[in-house]
Amino acid sequence: MIREIYITETNCITPLGFDVESNISAILRGDSGIQLHNDVSLMPNAFYASIISDEKINSAFAKISTETKYSRLEKMMILALEPIIKNSRVALNSKTAFILSTTKGNVTALANDSEESFNNAHLDVLAKNVANFFGFQTQSIVVSNACVSGILAVSVAKRMIQSELYDNIFVVAGDEVSEFVLSGFNAFQAMSELPCKPYSKNRTGVSLGEATAAVLVSEEAKNAKIKIIGDSSINDANHISGPSRTGEGLFRSIQNALKEAQIEANKLDYISAHGTATPYNDEMEAIALNRLDLQNVPVNSLKGFYGHTLGASGLLETVIAIESANQNILFESKGFDEIGVSEAVNVIEKNEETAITYFLKTASGFGGCNTAVVFEKIK
Amino acid sequence: MTQNKTNIQSYIKIENNEIVLNGTSVFKTEPTDFADFSKQTYRNFEMQYPKFFKMDALSKLAFLGSELLLSPITSKEEENNIALVLANKSSSLDTDVKYQESISDKENYFPSPAVFVYTLPNICLGEISIRHQLKSENSFFIFDAFNTEFMSNYSNILLNTNKADVVLCGWVEYFNDNYKAFLCTISTEENAKYTNETINTLYNK
Repeated sequence: MIREIYITETNCITPLGFDVESNISAILRGDSGIQLHNDVSLMPNAFYASIISDEKINSAFAKISTETKYSRLEKMMILALEPIIKNSRVALNSKTAFILSTTKGNVTALANDSEESFNNAHLDVLAKNVANFFGFQTQSIVVSNACVSGILAVSVAKRMIQSELYDNIFVVAGDEVSEFVLSGFNAFQAMSELPCKPYSKNRTGVSLGEATAAVLVSEEAKNAKIKIIGDSSINDANHISGPSRTGEGLFRSIQNALKEAQIEANKLDYISAHGTATPYNDEMEAIALNRLDLQNVPVNSLKGFYGHTLGASGLLETVIAIESANQNILFESKGFDEIGVSEAVNVIEKNEETAITYFLKTASGFGGCNTAVVFEKIK
Repeated sequence: MTQNKTNIQSYIKIENNEIVLNGTSVFKTEPTDFADFSKQTYRNFEMQYPKFFKMDALSKLAFLGSELLLSPITSKEEENNIALVLANKSSSLDTDVKYQESISDKENYFPSPAVFVYTLPNICLGEISIRHQLKSENSFFIFDAFNTEFMSNYSNILLNTNKADVVLCGWVEYFNDNYKAFLCTISTEENAKYTNETINTLYNK
């Protein structure tokens, strides 16, 4: 008998709030974290992004620790994990693992030329710093797979627990808005001049964002928020910096995840998609969803609320989608106006009450990677 | 979960200007840098793949290793469900540092998309997938040292849950001209050659 796997705790740190509840309230009000920023240390010209204020991070962190050695991202990750580790009462023993997922981690440390700073740019060092704050006994696992990192980490956790190597895995995902990433997306001409507009006709690119999210993946059904019933991560094998025109990798990832979940595509009540608002990504997703006959399932992208938070996005959006399912509310796909993908998809235009039993989370990223995970609400 | 026995089918090591395939040295050059060594390797094995020259060093290293392991077992006519599970210590930092240099000096600011795309460790998985048309499971992990236990467990999970028929698993570390690659193919197929060997013993040999 294969073990059943659940998510029993969730949390997130975003510009919209430092817990799940405040994030949901903000989403229901229609607030967005995306704002115009003028900061020449980040970009030569003004840009839209979803950024957390340093004061908020520091004052929240001061309430749990007096240590000053942690980087900004480390504080954000610790803040996401701290309440759920405490609340879960799970012992941090040999059966409890820690997975950290990120696209660029402490890449801001590279701007400083010292050896110590260079050491901090290493992802295993980031993981060690966060893990040691809590005293995990097992070796940290870092997943760094571009923009699918956060949701891939959930999938890795599920697989590891199913194989009975661990009983509980704390997963954290996080990325910051940095000069490094802003300049790169800008060099790709992938940045939107206005707040991003996923799936819309006039979408021109991403707004970047920063956030951390954390969940507890567990074999324990008690207090479960959601059940993880299928997952897959298939490469497009097509291009390193652009998605497949046929959506092949995403198509196969969703197909495999549904197969493992043993449900038909028409059972899905909601899709929390990637929707970066670049012309190619959104078009690719619309094609993949149509190939699976999922064009009528309500879909949103949360990038209009949070911007593209890179490796954090998959986990952050899963945390929000779990609330959507448990509260039976579909959240609007913020920034959407007129459909702008060649094949129809059912973009959620207004917050709407509906019964949600099964939902799908997807993400895609550079390197041709895609991940799909199917969730089932606890009865 | 059913635990079928999995076996190492083949392995390759690339370090110190030498390539060792299944325990036998198949190519070696005089001491030189990685750029030259990788070019000589490409020519020696007559790899016909001009995209190779656009790759960053980490992708070149992963590409060369996977080329010698996967070319004999992949075919263009069939689907190849070969998962890629790679890890290293330095992520894409070698390219990250180069990219950072291109934006640090405001008088000499020239961020390049062709460099930026390689500031992700999983790009090498994309390169291998494209080369061998692997529409398969992919993941890149970071550890302070090659965590052979995790890598072998995770590969076994993929094989035992039928998420892959074969796993290409390994360590591809590159920073500042220091490199080491260890890759192996694992599947449930029987193979008497490495019955007493594990990823750990082969890596440390």
